Amino acid sequence: MSIVLEIDKISKKFGSLIANEAVSLDLKKGEILALLGENGAGKTTLMNIIYGHYTSDSGQIRALGKSLTGGKPREAIEAGIGMVHQHFSLAGNLTVLENVMIGSESLFKRKSNRQLAKNKLLQISKKFGLPVSPDALISSLSVGERQRVEILKALYRDAKILILDEPTAVLARPEAEKLFKTLREMTKEGLSLIFISHKLHEVMSAADRVTVLRSGRVVAERETSKTSKEELAELMVGHQVSRPVRKAQSTGKKVIEASNITITNKKQIQLDRISFSVSEGEILGIVGISGNGQAALGHLLSGIGKPTSGTLTFYENRMNDYTPRDCINSGIGRIPEDRNSEGIIGELKIWENAIVERLHDTKFSKAGFIRKKSAQIFSENLIKKYDVRGATSDTQARLLSGGNMQKLVLGRALSVSPKLIIANQPTRGLDEGAIAAVHEELLKARSEGVAILLISEELEEAVGLSDRLQAIVKGRLSEPIKAEEADATRLGLMMSGVWGEDNET
Amino acid sequence: MRLERRTSIPKKLAIIAPILAIVASLSVSGVLIILAGVNPFIAYFEILKGAFGSKLAITETLTRASPLILTGLAAAVAFRARLWNIGGEGQFYIGALVAAAVGNSLLTGFPIIIAMTLVMMCSMISGAILLAGPALLRLRFGIDEVVTTLLLNFIIILFVGLMIEGPLKDPFAFGWPQSVPVDRSLRFADLVPSSRLHKGFLIAIFAAFAIWIIVTRTVFGLQTRATGFTPQAAAFSGISLSKTIMGVALISGALAGLAGAIEVMGVTGYVTTTLSPGFGYAGIVVAMLAALHPGGVIISAVFIASIFIGADAMSRATGVPSFIADVIMSLSLLTMLIAIFFTNYRIRK
Repeated sequence: MSIVLEIDKISKKFGSLIANEAVSLDLKKGEILALLGENGAGKTTLMNIIYGHYTSDSGQIRALGKSLTGGKPREAIEAGIGMVHQHFSLAGNLTVLENVMIGSESLFKRKSNRQLAKNKLLQISKKFGLPVSPDALISSLSVGERQRVEILKALYRDAKILILDEPTAVLARPEAEKLFKTLREMTKEGLSLIFISHKLHEVMSAADRVTVLRSGRVVAERETSKTSKEELAELMVGHQVSRPVRKAQSTGKKVIEASNITITNKKQIQLDRISFSVSEGEILGIVGISGNGQAALGHLLSGIGKPTSGTLTFYENRMNDYTPRDCINSGIGRIPEDRNSEGIIGELKIWENAIVERLHDTKFSKAGFIRKKSAQIFSENLIKKYDVRGATSDTQARLLSGGNMQKLVLGRALSVSPKLIIANQPTRGLDEGAIAAVHEELLKARSEGVAILLISEELEEAVGLSDRLQAIVKGRLSEPIKAEEADATRLGLMMSGVWGEDNET
Repeated sequence: MRLERRTSIPKKLAIIAPILAIVASLSVSGVLIILAGVNPFIAYFEILKGAFGSKLAITETLTRASPLILTGLAAAVAFRARLWNIGGEGQFYIGALVAAAVGNSLLTGFPIIIAMTLVMMCSMISGAILLAGPALLRLRFGIDEVVTTLLLNFIIILFVGLMIEGPLKDPFAFGWPQSVPVDRSLRFADLVPSSRLHKGFLIAIFAAFAIWIIVTRTVFGLQTRATGFTPQAAAFSGISLSKTIMGVALISGALAGLAGAIEVMGVTGYVTTTLSPGFGYAGIVVAMLAALHPGGVIISAVFIASIFIGADAMSRATGVPSFIADVIMSLSLLTMLIAIFFTNYRIRK
């Protein structure tokens, strides 16, 4: 097989940070190569250099025999490289066709030839098995469909090499599997693919070959048929990691109980007569495919949303009308789904973020004035205890990496000995090392008698941590099952909405 | 060309960028001065002389700066919480009108200090109420406060016109449309003898200091910043957005109202519809030039005041229209916004 993309000793520094150091790899025609590494290993930087978003400090790139000077996306596109970013760059108010055409026609053309473009798009769509309706508005499409449009956009510009940055980060498991099947089909048409990932299982199942990056360097290259998940995990992290394991323990009093809660918003039912309870020293896992009401549930328990009907109690006190402040004051620690928009205020310093939930605590303020010293001591301790790296209490929170941000959010919730923790997707977007750390903290809290409600899309995580599991489907909650009874088939059925007898009513 | 957010702002840049911005705006304005047939260096020298060249010049500049500091603070406080108060002009006028009305006769019998404080308090309350309305509309119905506060300016100025032609008309003003005067005893004493600079200037400086303390040291200040940066996260962490925004609106409106009070109590003694040469709007520029920093507001208010005072003198000396002051002010706003942008971002090749 011929080599279509050759990367030779690429190095890139950001200030004192080494993002890539002498990275070399090659991609063969018709091959799927996975680029595996933890968050911050330099995967995305490398791809951005190939695509011309960044200029490398040294090194060479040759695509389809042509040498790229770097720093120009247009050059990369013309050389046949297409890129699908993790965050899509599509205009929601335009149609699929218009989005695909943007940038591939000259701005100064008097008239754009839509019919021609449409035919070309449909032809590509058929050839590669990517069904799409050219006249649909992007805003009406699902995440999976939008991703398809992104891929089509690259193919429309005659990409021979496709780079996908964490393509499954936004997809549910079945959608992800479908994507990889499509990608495999595409290689038969002569396309070569690189995808970035930190998920071992998808690397093993979807790629032919894998290149492992660690701290900006290539540490290994393996054929997936000749390696194992365990080996890759070790290569990626640099030492053996294992997620902590839950031990059986007895539970205490009921901490939170929801009975028959319904939330309707603008006539849309978000939660439909749900009931659950969590006791001291217990983890209840809520599993399900994203978009089935998890956000509403998380908001409800954080004091942001209010139930339309039904009752919610906390230690037998009605908490239907709790505000976020009431939640905090009564000992409910909350880990929001989106740490960037809800958990952390990026422009504020770490110490300010550390105390923002407890501004009225006499420890942190006196007569309306902030006690900066004690706040800083508190946040220094938080940083130390929860291993928030690369920061002092005076660092702006936005400069933290995702994992360290999450440790800060978690530490903030745990440091005040909560009675209940609402953890909504606590490990989303984190690498293996950070995931293990978060799990460990949650299990530690459980062993100290804290009740934990875990909302997660990662089945492995939910099953591994939870004592009991309930599935959420279209705003409905299944009956709980014990984690020991949860096998793949049963969970799969639950998550597709098949459980008990009263489901259809 | 791509932009990337700086991880930290170099100290040198933070100092040099605003200076470059001012130099850039003066250079562009210089072209206009050349077109007017005058050597820009001479014109700028005349401006400098007119603003700082004598004791009288300096006191005039600071007199002009006093209300600007307050309207600048009003804008800075509101903008920090992303409350876009464009109504400083209206709040200034209502504050001025209330000061004249209350200070005219209602407070005879009170000790002077208390009476003066009461006059200022009334003005502050009136300004606060004027901004509370738009803030409430935004919180309740999502009505854009830029529109409501801006439109209120015109309504208030017309209202002032109505009042000074009617119930508050000064009967001893030979028919001129001006309000009843503030009682002589309630006027600010001169800060510098035989100048117009009055003790209201000290109040403006004190207000800047107080706002600085509130912003940096208090729980409310932190809540305001959190709300301004990431409202969703602020709400999640238990900060009441509506209370914070309301608090900010009250403070901001009160500051602009106070500006009106000290202008009446310190300079004119009465209200006319031309009392303000755009103090409310210039306050927005002052706040932006100061990057919303309360201390910086003092410096930028003095800068803007000096341009206007100096431009008058320059106009008399060289014949270049004094409107050049408006050009310099507007350009410096633009260049400063660019400078602020490039202190926060850098270009990556």
